[in-house]
Amino acid sequence: MEIALVLCVPLAGALLLALFGHRRWAPEASTLMSFGTLAAAALLTARVIADGPMTALKEQVFVDPFNVFLVALTAFVAFTTALFSRPYMRTEEHHKRLNSARLRLYHSMYQLFTFMMLLTLLSNNVGMLWVAMEGATLSTVLLVSLYRTPASLEAAWKYFILCSVGIAQALFGTILLYFAAEKVLGPGGDALLWTHLHAVRGELEPTVLSLSFVFLLVGYGTKVGLVPLHNWLPDAHAEGPTPISAVLSGLLLNVALYAVVRSKVLVDGALERNFSGGLMMGFGLVSVVVAAFFLSRQKDVKRMFAYSSVEHMGIMTFAFGMGGPVAAFAGLLHMTVHSLTKSAIFFTVGHASQVCGTQEMASIRGLIQQSPAIGWGLALGSLAILGMPPFGVFTSEFMVLTTAMREHPWATPFLLLSLGVAFAAIFGKVQPMIFGETTAQRVAHPPALIPVFVHLAIVLMLGLYIPPYLIDWYRQAAAFIG
Amino acid sequence: MGLSLAGQLVNLLAALLLLLAFAMLAQRRVLTLIKLFAWQGAALAASTLIVAYSTGQPHLYFSAVLTLALKVILIPWLLHRLIDRLSVRWDIETLLNIPTTMLAGIGLAIFAFSLATPISQMASTITRSTLGIALACVLLSFLMMIVRRKAVPQVIGFLSMENGLFFAATSATYGMPLVVELGVALDVLVGTFIFGIFFFHIREQFDSLDIRHMEKLKED
Repeated sequence: MEIALVLCVPLAGALLLALFGHRRWAPEASTLMSFGTLAAAALLTARVIADGPMTALKEQVFVDPFNVFLVALTAFVAFTTALFSRPYMRTEEHHKRLNSARLRLYHSMYQLFTFMMLLTLLSNNVGMLWVAMEGATLSTVLLVSLYRTPASLEAAWKYFILCSVGIAQALFGTILLYFAAEKVLGPGGDALLWTHLHAVRGELEPTVLSLSFVFLLVGYGTKVGLVPLHNWLPDAHAEGPTPISAVLSGLLLNVALYAVVRSKVLVDGALERNFSGGLMMGFGLVSVVVAAFFLSRQKDVKRMFAYSSVEHMGIMTFAFGMGGPVAAFAGLLHMTVHSLTKSAIFFTVGHASQVCGTQEMASIRGLIQQSPAIGWGLALGSLAILGMPPFGVFTSEFMVLTTAMREHPWATPFLLLSLGVAFAAIFGKVQPMIFGETTAQRVAHPPALIPVFVHLAIVLMLGLYIPPYLIDWYRQAAAFIG
Repeated sequence: MGLSLAGQLVNLLAALLLLLAFAMLAQRRVLTLIKLFAWQGAALAASTLIVAYSTGQPHLYFSAVLTLALKVILIPWLLHRLIDRLSVRWDIETLLNIPTTMLAGIGLAIFAFSLATPISQMASTITRSTLGIALACVLLSFLMMIVRRKAVPQVIGFLSMENGLFFAATSATYGMPLVVELGVALDVLVGTFIFGIFFFHIREQFDSLDIRHMEKLKED
């Protein structure tokens, strides 16, 4: 019941806004629908806390400790992003970068994108998970090219082609998985249900599953943005409207990683040795190192933070690859705090580039003079994402590092070096943007900065104190996937 | 007897599918490329139909009809219309010359077969020997997307990759569950529409569908 509600609200929102998205009140309606989704997700969460895991709709959808917290996170960030985008998109319209027809497309597709991500998370059918993931790509392609500039078209084309090809590999992996499952569970729809697969994972054919995992990792890994499959990510983040950059970075990458981890659990059950973990650690580590070194070469502020997302997704992939309760706990925590921090950063960066009229970091100066809230938001957000205590990112990175030192000491120098390089790059570039003489102009619609500070406050809280029910949750989920 | 005849027919169609994949790789003209793509869809639909008939899996009939409607009729028709509207009938430029591409294709096909052999030995379906061909089709379409410069051939490469995947699904497992196949088909259809919208946007901006214009976003 609650599951259906979580899915129906954004879908209804997409239909409603497809019809009325060009009206003056569309941003408010969009925010309202996102709030409805959040409320439904809260109900679902309460229900899961009370009753434990459950399935619904003939077992096609399910909730367990692992996906319920991602559902809550997705609904929450989708709501705050809708809040942020209300004045942001109005200002863009005021600057004549968008017209009302494109805004209708934007609002409608935003809701559809939320729906697709929630469907990916809740789907118990591995095939439907694939379909919803591809749906999430399709619903954002036209949003990346919303400004219709040459650069944004190029970015969207790249995003579309690379992610479609990538996800086609994941479909092949899913077919192989079904091939192995069919032998044990018999043909028919049940053989692709994750809960059934999980129950018989020890009996699945190991060779087929390991090949299947390679395809699934490459496929969904393209969407996670793992190096060397990350080419679409910086372009799509830099050229699309900022609210889309925020949800791509904060939510879509998480959802794709969720799909990888779900596959990993099955493969680990079937295989004796830690085949999938090794692959994930390799991809994760390469992503961290390469992204960290690319950071210092960026000139566009959104591109730089997009590379920072690649780096953090690498850390999470590495953590899940190591496995074990501590590393998996750290991975889940890092998913949460990265999503909150990175979307907060994109909110401030979006407003900063609006008041300065450019995304070039060299031309953005003195934010703290023009608007102390934007300046402080960016400063605190950057410190948080760089892993400064007492923010939550520090906690999770610390746990990843200590686990790596104990279990895979060879990886620690690479991680530490990359974190250092990333710190130098981002800190060195953000600091002059915040202080100094300002060139900024006032904008027509006052920015919505409450979401930024709400996100950062939660990240700060998670660094100092994690509420016991949240710890329980992470522990259960970590035990489950570790 | 019936089964073995069906098996032989499926093998024949599988060979045809692979041949068409190579033909597409070697083709220089866009209109012929679309025709070849439609034929590939037809071969896929026919083989699905045969598997459906010989194994009595009702949902495979549905899948065959879906393939026929979508990949033989609707999508080629859409692509034709698109090309008429955009009045582009150019010859295709490739990054590699055709003989080199073909050699690379042969290498990929051998790789695909060696990868698929251990798995197809485990399959119990009548069509198991075709898994290698399906994988080869996927990889050949991949190659086609890499070596082509124009947007339309890249899209056809993507769609033909989807053909290879569907063939893998029918040959290895008698098809995915219906709900999944419907979902995949819907995604492909929506994807094609978005491609179409894209073509117009790209042409509006660049006055050409050559994706060489779209290599500005590089690392500096």
